[in-house]
Formats: sequence, C-alpha cells, structure tokens
Amino acid sequence: MSNIVLEAKNIIKHFYDPIDIKVLNNISFKLSKGEFASITGKSGCGKSTLLYILSTMDTNYEGHLWIDQIEMGHKNEKALARVRNEKIGFVFQFHYLLNEFSVLRNVMLPGEKLAKLSKQELEHQAYEKLKILGIENEALKKPNQLSGGQKQRVAIARALINNPIIIMGDEPTGNLDKKNGDIVFDIFKELAEVYNQTLLIVTHDIDFASKTHRIIEMEDGKILNTPSLSASI
Amino acid sequence: MNLKLLYEISFSLLMARWKQTLVAAIGVTFGITMFVALLSFMSGLNGLLDGLILNRTAHIRLYNEIKPTAVQAVDQYYNNPQQHNFIHSVKPNNKGLKIRNSEAIIDALKKDNRILGIAPKINTQVFYQVGTINLTGSINGVDVYEENRLFKFGDYVVKGNYIDLQNTPNSIILGIGAAQTMLVNIGDIVNITSINGNKIPLKVVGYFQSGIQDIDKVQSYTSLKTAQKILGESNNYLTDIQVKLNNILWAPEMAKEMQRQFDLDALDIQTANSQFETGSKVRNIISYSVGITLLIVAGFGIYNILNMMIYEKMDTIAIMKATGFNGKDVKRIFISIALSIGIFGGLFGLLFGFGLSVLIDNAPFETASLPTIKTFPVTYNPLFYIVGIIFSIVTTYFAGYFPSKKASKIDPVVIIRGK
Repeated sequence: MSNIVLEAKNIIKHFYDPIDIKVLNNISFKLSKGEFASITGKSGCGKSTLLYILSTMDTNYEGHLWIDQIEMGHKNEKALARVRNEKIGFVFQFHYLLNEFSVLRNVMLPGEKLAKLSKQELEHQAYEKLKILGIENEALKKPNQLSGGQKQRVAIARALINNPIIIMGDEPTGNLDKKNGDIVFDIFKELAEVYNQTLLIVTHDIDFASKTHRIIEMEDGKILNTPSLSASI
Repeated sequence: MNLKLLYEISFSLLMARWKQTLVAAIGVTFGITMFVALLSFMSGLNGLLDGLILNRTAHIRLYNEIKPTAVQAVDQYYNNPQQHNFIHSVKPNNKGLKIRNSEAIIDALKKDNRILGIAPKINTQVFYQVGTINLTGSINGVDVYEENRLFKFGDYVVKGNYIDLQNTPNSIILGIGAAQTMLVNIGDIVNITSINGNKIPLKVVGYFQSGIQDIDKVQSYTSLKTAQKILGESNNYLTDIQVKLNNILWAPEMAKEMQRQFDLDALDIQTANSQFETGSKVRNIISYSVGITLLIVAGFGIYNILNMMIYEKMDTIAIMKATGFNGKDVKRIFISIALSIGIFGGLFGLLFGFGLSVLIDNAPFETASLPTIKTFPVTYNPLFYIVGIIFSIVTTYFAGYFPSKKASKIDPVVIIRGK
C-alpha cells in the first residue's frame, strides 16, 4: 500500500493535570495520498490533541504512528524536527509569520533549513508557491503590512515550500471572515485536486468540513464513523 | 549553510530589539572599560611603588655584618658530645665593616654573565657641623657612573648635576631635608666630621630627594674617593658591593651562592622587601575582583534581556520548531545573540579602556615625594586586553546559556494551542 501517507494505530493519550483523563481512546485510521480530509467534533473532543500527535510535535502518547510508512515512535527530537521540516506543512489558526523578515523570506525559511536547494532555486520556488496563492506581488513586503487573509495565504505558501507529503491544518480558517475563509478553502481544494496534495484539517466549522472529501468525526476521544478507506473520496 | 541561516535569524532578532541589545552591550562595554583601565592603572601604580624601592635597591647586597661568631672557639676545640661548654657574655667580634680583598671579588663578579652590573659603595656615619651644632647623618660613597646606570641616581638629584660629584674633588650631594636644616645652597661649603674624628670641608654640588623624608634628612652622597678620604682609609676600602642581576628572580639563590663563595653576608632583595610583593598582590586581587564584579553585573543584564526576548519571541520559536528547526538550532540562535553582544560590547570596552588609560596616563600628578613623576602611572599590558575580551566572552556565554537552554526546551504545542 504505497499510497498510504499517514497511518495511526491504537493511539491513546492521557492528560494527567488536573485529573487523569483519557483524551484519546484507541484512535486508528489511515490517510492515502491526495486525500482532503477534515477532523471535526465538538470543542474538547480531542481533535487538536490528535493532530499534534500526528504532527510529531507531541510525543507523549501510546500507540503507533507511521508517516510516509516510517515509524515515528523511536525517533529523537532532532530526527522528528527533520521529519516536520521535510514531510509536513503546517497551517495554524494564527499565521505565525516572523515580522523581522519579508514575506518571501518567511516562505523560504523552512526550505533554507532543509538546505536541499540553493538560495536562488529556493527563491524561485517560493515565488512559484506565492503565485499559486495569488500573492506574488506582496513578496517583498513585511508580514505586518498584509491583511489577515493574505497572511494566512503566506502561511500556506510556507507550508508548501518543501513539497511536503501532507499538509496539516489546525483551524486554518478560524481567524478569518467568511470571504477569506472561502478563499483559503478553495486553495486547499485546488491543492488537493490539481496538485494531488494530501491535506488533514482540524476544524469545528461544519460547513468547511462538509465540503472536504472525507470527514473524520470525533467524540470523547473516539472516531465516530468507521475509518474505512471506502468512505473517502 | 545552516549555520549561516541561524546567524541571519539571530541578527534579525537582535536588530528587532536593537535598543535593548545596545543597553546590554553598553553594560558589557562599561564593565570591560573599567576592567582594563583599572588594571592598567593599578599595575602602573604597582610598578611605580615597586620602582621606588626596587630601582634603587641592589638585587644582592654583599657586606659584613657585625655579629657574634657562629661557632665559638671553645666549641671547635672541645667538641666532645659527652660535654657541654657554657660561655657567658658572648660579644660580636670586630672584624670590621671593610670588605677584604674587594678588588678580587669585584673581578670575579664581573666575569659572571648573570650579573648586569656592580656598584661598590661605602656607607659611613658622619656629623654635619652647623655652627655649634652637630647633626648626625650618613654618607654614601658611590661609584657615580655605575650608581646612575644601575640605580638611576641622577633621577633623584633634584638640583645640580650628579656628574659634578665625580668631577669636583671633595664634593657632596646633600639630602634635601639636611640641606634645608643647614640652610646651605649649592656652591656652599659644609663641614663634616667622620666617626674617627677627621674633619673635612666639602662643597655642595646638588640636592638629593628620594621621596622618603627620613632618608632625605640624613643621607648624603659623595664619590668613593671622597668617602675614603673622610674615613682616612686606603683606596680599596669598601663596605658594600651592590649587585644588579639580569633577572631579579635569581636573587635569593645567587645570594646564597655568593655568601658561600666570598664569606660575606649577602642580602637578596626579596628578603629585604617582602612587603612590596604582598602589596602588589593585594592590589592586583582588588582590581581583578572589581573588574569581574562589573562583568557579572553586565552578565545579569544580558541574561535579563535574553529572557525577555525569549518571552517575546515564543511564537517565533514555536513556529520555527514546528517547521523543522530543532532544539539545538534554537539554542544556537540565542547563544549567538548573547555572544555577539559580548564580543561587540567587549571590543568597544577594550577600545574605551585603552582611551581611559591614555587619559589617566596624561592626567597631571605631581607630588613632592616623587620628583620624577609628572602624571599618573599607567601600564599598557596586552595581557589585560586579552583577559578582558576572554572574560567578556565567557560571561556573556554563560549569561546566554541558561535562557537559550530554556528556549530550546519550549514546547511548540503549548504555545500554538494556547492561542
């Protein structure tokens, strides 16, 4: 099954503070290449917690996680950082752009860290990504000169720079108005359908979720609908 | 490539907070400036104070000390361990102050290449006759040229020329205190009575000021020949042989060696003036501890600013970690911020420290007791500058280390989810 991008098996997560709560209870599912999936559920159902485990940033869990068919459980901090750098693109509710750098440089930073391309090639790549998102004209501005919607698009461009195998989003439209939210959704859709990009988006926006190809609904740390592959696409 | 990227990020973070960074750097600059200036000044002062004594003191002084014979004759004769000799009222023996066979000793010393120079001397008590009053004093008969070469005699002759002592027969350079008491001017004649009763008139050719009043009141200088004449002794009469070595540290050992070789008493400078070394050491400790204190205070400033910067840049750190920078990268970024503050602050500190030293060096400092000193003494020692920059780098590294470690441990999930 070479087209499985991400697989989680029996993931269990406890919060111990203030009391022992089992936030995630035996989560298992698979995500294939090109899928545009959303995780939905009520606030506190553990959907964000799951995303951060899947993103390798949270390593305190039980169970198994494969990204690009490689087991993540035994890797150290440095190796996980490398995985995030190379294989995962992130879009958060907040844009997290660095105001000290230009838009272009913000997009380039993860690529510079990866250091696979020369600076010129990387700059070209960054322009390409900005072009996909329709903001190539803003490349040389500072992030604080942009509108909220534009900033979020820059953040998406940054997520794309290393051509990740999966893009993860945590409420990427949560801070945006309806119009900008729609733009971001359309971009995600285009990425999935035109560029065959795998996306996994956490959202509580039912509207947004319903338009994605696959909905993973969660309640009380469990996935409600059976995570069969046939349910998708 | 990766390091360059990290340095670029550090630089941008630094520039984004350039005012605070500047304050931190000024803290370091101030610390290093004071450190360098203080050490330069202190060691200049040490050099001056030591020089007061050390320049004028022989490294080894050979002389005859009046003391009882170490082994009494009776002990040599009856040295049976079964018996014990009791001798009452032992007196020192009178072998005289004269160094016997002085010419041969001087010849032998001149051949030793560890020795920089030799200045023979005659030291004797005299009375200065002023009207009906006799003032006690002491006269040093010296080899004028050697005394000047080895012990900077000329520096302390404040009026008149020291060479006249050699050129004018029966001349004397009076201590300035003695001259003032006797109310004599240059060119006047003073009458001297030696301890064995000889009366000799001497012509005053100069005043001498050592800076130590008690000495200036009693001490005077004549040439060797004049001193021999005062005492009525032959021209090989000497009481002291002053030896200056190429390295002052050899003195204690060579003193012992000479004592054995020539059967004379030999006093090395370290034994004679041990209090000066102690003084220098204490002053050095004070200046180092003040300098280090200043730097530690500056270090706390850097620590604070980095902590604040990390607090402000939590988001930046979180996103960098999320997008693939590892903890070590983050640590490196903040340590390089701290180090660049330390290096630039330190370099400016060295520059200002040098400037301040020059300023002190040129500040007028005139005191009656130190006739040769016109400005404050300052030493320019490259070692202080090297130590200064090393200190600044080390303190800023440690000041940056703990905040950086904290930054590297930041959990991006906590920050991002907290929004």
